[in-house]
Amino acid sequence: MSKNVPDALALPQARPLAGGLRLAALVALLLAALWLASSVLSAYGATLAALVCLNVALAVSLQLTNGLTGMFSLGHPAFMMIGAYVAAVLGYPVARKSTMLSGLPEALAAWQAPFVVAVALGAVAAGVAAWLIGLVVLRLKGHYLAVATLGLIVIVQGLALNWQGITRGGSGLSGIPRKTDIWWCAGLMIAVLVIVWRLKFSSLGRAMMATREDQLAAECIGVRTARVKLVAFVLGAVMAGIVGALMAHLITVVTPRSYGITLAFNLVVMVVIGGTGSITGAVIAAVAITLMGEGLKPLEEGMGLYGLSQMMVALALVLVLRFRPQGLFGSGEPGWLIRFFRPELSR
Amino acid sequence: MSQYLFQQLVNGLSLGSLYALIAIGFSMIYGIVRLINFAHGDVVMVGAFASLAMVQAGVPWSMVAMLALVIGAAAGMTIEAAVFRPMRGASQVTGFIATLAVSVLIQNGALLLLSGQQRTFQFPAFMRQRVSLGGVSASMTDVAIIVLAVVLIAVLLFVVYRTRLGTAMRATSENLLAARLMGVPVNRTILAAFGMGSALAGIAGLMWGGKFGQIDPLMGAAPGLKAFIACVIGGVGSIGGALLGGYLLGMAEVLFVGLLPPEYASYRDTFVFLLLIVILLVKPSGLFMRHVEERA
Repeated sequence: MSKNVPDALALPQARPLAGGLRLAALVALLLAALWLASSVLSAYGATLAALVCLNVALAVSLQLTNGLTGMFSLGHPAFMMIGAYVAAVLGYPVARKSTMLSGLPEALAAWQAPFVVAVALGAVAAGVAAWLIGLVVLRLKGHYLAVATLGLIVIVQGLALNWQGITRGGSGLSGIPRKTDIWWCAGLMIAVLVIVWRLKFSSLGRAMMATREDQLAAECIGVRTARVKLVAFVLGAVMAGIVGALMAHLITVVTPRSYGITLAFNLVVMVVIGGTGSITGAVIAAVAITLMGEGLKPLEEGMGLYGLSQMMVALALVLVLRFRPQGLFGSGEPGWLIRFFRPELSR
Repeated sequence: MSQYLFQQLVNGLSLGSLYALIAIGFSMIYGIVRLINFAHGDVVMVGAFASLAMVQAGVPWSMVAMLALVIGAAAGMTIEAAVFRPMRGASQVTGFIATLAVSVLIQNGALLLLSGQQRTFQFPAFMRQRVSLGGVSASMTDVAIIVLAVVLIAVLLFVVYRTRLGTAMRATSENLLAARLMGVPVNRTILAAFGMGSALAGIAGLMWGGKFGQIDPLMGAAPGLKAFIACVIGGVGSIGGALLGGYLLGMAEVLFVGLLPPEYASYRDTFVFLLLIVILLVKPSGLFMRHVEERA
């Protein structure tokens, strides 16, 4: 357990507003910076910034399942895929639905869901799927859970590939309206960060970490570990579903290959390099890996060195596992960050 | 109908032989270091590409087969010595992530060196002839795969159950610490297990290439996962279990495609992974194992 987790009894009664004010100020600052940046950035730069935001949201939401609760799930891309497909199918222009999506029921074919509704329903679908799957699969532990959730990716991919009438199979859905912009992505990132951060320092967060450290001991002190795990799994999946839906409306294409095992691997790398359970670490790792991947793209395409950035990611992971297995930040957050958001903790 | 069924059984046997060969190596490695080795499938790919290079260099086929074994063994032993040995004693999940990383490294390294293009891989003409017996026909390649798998498995079982090295392996897999205290050179034994398991994967790569006619740098993912599933079916860590699991999975896959209406055929992988999850949940010790280790 991290040293940074405060002892609830030792809390001095402080102004509860101070932390919230600082958070609001920080968010306002971030948005202002973004507004400034968005007027300077090229279209490519804006898309890249949006991608960075989405990847941060993904890594942090995976931190909830894998880092805090200690379940080794590789299933995130499966939930992204569910969110992306549901949102894309619902939000598809009606004119194209009739010609391209023959398997759709009448009612859906004649209705183009507004963007927000489509994304929300995508998130709900991902959450429901995670709940149903989690009820069964979360009984597995360690690397058996990892392989079962890996299987989940293959299963969802198989469905997307073969359910021609609704997903258009291997060619995927193209021409999805581009409704996502940097603001949606940044907003989602901030929301995910705030939710996961608050969760981590709540009683539910402590129950999660207790489950991670020692499931038996956690049960003995009254933590309902099965439920805690399920909650973490479903919450992570809902966030992944939203990211998937936003990403579909950012890149405007979804194919069964969009979200695969490579993505699952990269997400796990972000969590492991950042430190299992550390939000700060996940953010830094997500930003670094996304930027590195994009930065190496010209080199890969220019010199035909495909696979270079993926090799660097894997190599970085091996080195971290070998020499600093707890990752950059371990399970904690840097002290100054905690003091910043929770001034009542420091005297 | 029964003829059709027999035909499918022969096809299943050939595919199952490949799965069994790969799964046995997978299982040996798991048995001895409790590591789900995701890079195992990529050793299959290394074996396939090394064989292709040797064929193009004019090496005779019998030599290619021998060398595929050697190259596979070398690849596996390199991975063990370079990555897994320094991490011995880390948690299971850490080890698992490391094998994923090694797999990604090998795949992308191959992509970098060889490009993602598919290459055709052809056995000589006499291997592609079909022989038929009582209306059931099989290509010489299938026959060779089935026979070679039986021979290699027999050799492996002999080594594991009838030699000093095999005894050391079984002792190490039973209890690493105790084996070390009894004077078993544990690291060398583990290295040997990696070598033997990966040798089988290497030659499976050669045969995989010959059977399907095409190879590419990412081809290892499918056999690696299937081998793992075969192990789960039979009980992870047991050699006999992997053997049976491999043959069963091959049969099940071929029958699934062969007996159901064609529109379901493309759900093959979905079916296989559903099977995996069901077995993990219902009978985590595998169909043939009595020993239960905590998995769920």
